[in-house]
Amino acid sequence: MNNFDDIPGTYLFDKDRCHEGYHFNMFCKSLTEPKNRDDFKANEEGYLDNWQLTQSQRQSVLDRDWLGMIKAGGNIYYTSKIAATDGHSFQYIAALMSGTTENEYRKMMVDGGRSIEGNRSLSEKG
Amino acid sequence: MARIVAGLATSHVPAIGIAMDQGKTGEPYWKPLFDGYDPARKWLAKLDPDLIVLVYNDHGSAFSLEVIPTFAIGVAEKFLPADEGWGPRPVPVVNGDPKFAWHLAESLILDEFDMTIVNDMTVDHGLTVPLSIVCGQPEKWPCPVIPLSVNVVQYPPPTGKRCFDLGRAIRKAVKRYDDDLRVLILGTGGMSHQLHGERAGLINSEFDKSFLDDLSRQPQRLVDLPHIEYVREAGAEGIELVMWLVMRGALDDDVTEIYQHYHVPASNTATGLLILENLTE
Repeated sequence: MNNFDDIPGTYLFDKDRCHEGYHFNMFCKSLTEPKNRDDFKANEEGYLDNWQLTQSQRQSVLDRDWLGMIKAGGNIYYTSKIAATDGHSFQYIAALMSGTTENEYRKMMVDGGRSIEGNRSLSEKG
Repeated sequence: MARIVAGLATSHVPAIGIAMDQGKTGEPYWKPLFDGYDPARKWLAKLDPDLIVLVYNDHGSAFSLEVIPTFAIGVAEKFLPADEGWGPRPVPVVNGDPKFAWHLAESLILDEFDMTIVNDMTVDHGLTVPLSIVCGQPEKWPCPVIPLSVNVVQYPPPTGKRCFDLGRAIRKAVKRYDDDLRVLILGTGGMSHQLHGERAGLINSEFDKSFLDDLSRQPQRLVDLPHIEYVREAGAEGIELVMWLVMRGALDDDVTEIYQHYHVPASNTATGLLILENLTE
């Protein structure tokens, strides 16, 4: 096990994830062009056909399964471009990835954020 | 002879730029953060540097996964704000200084830092938000800016030691420059934050405050800090803090701490700002 795997709820964007997620993240990157955003919004399935995505990557986009995107090799700075295209903030997708609502998440952040205590390692988390 | 007169470190949270662009800085959520930026803006206006070297990371804007330069330097006349998925920020074009940038690139490479040289690139929030934080909303930025980007998106980023040593090499390069320029170096990113996964929203204020204090007084502890400690303690995206070490490496060993500001949260992130001046200034 990679030492980083002991950190809970964290998907280090390492060599394996870059390899697995390359085409997926490059699809996300394409959304930095206004015309591509328009094409994607007009026909998501058709737009995704242009990219070599795995079935789980493709489905995670269609479902806006933000955590699923990360697990399928997506990098947050790339998947966030889908969120931007949808008109959502980083905070919105961070809330959904951590299994809560935007309002609850925002409140947690205003109250000082997610505590490090209990979140350093899987063993600590128990 | 050119010389580095001061260093400033700051977070570069995109939401800070959006709050400014949308005129929300006076809202209760944002006001405490922006109040803390006032002294830094006054300090910068008084310092009036001739040039800024701005150490930041690109977030899949100018670069992508196609090519991942560990260290890159922009040598262009100008750099346009990037479209990150919601259109470019309404901020001034960033003017470079090709003569200085090429000198810096040459000097660093001959000093064994294998820089990627970039003639054409946009700059994203990683670069424009720090400028907004320290300059406010001017019609044009106060001086030329040299973008120096560090990969912190793809693991592994450069080590803290490598970043610190790059700062040392920048300092040598600046001293070798004939023109009489007063240079400010900015290190950006951080502080503790995690944007992805079930652990998103992680904040570790104890880690951040030690980082702020030690960067001034005992940077060696941070130079030796391994990547896993950043990821574990400061969140996966908190690894951006290695870029603050480039700034610190470019300064004298002994510095004067001018100002420190820390606030939680800006969106998902703990924000810090630190100003250090060289004693020789």
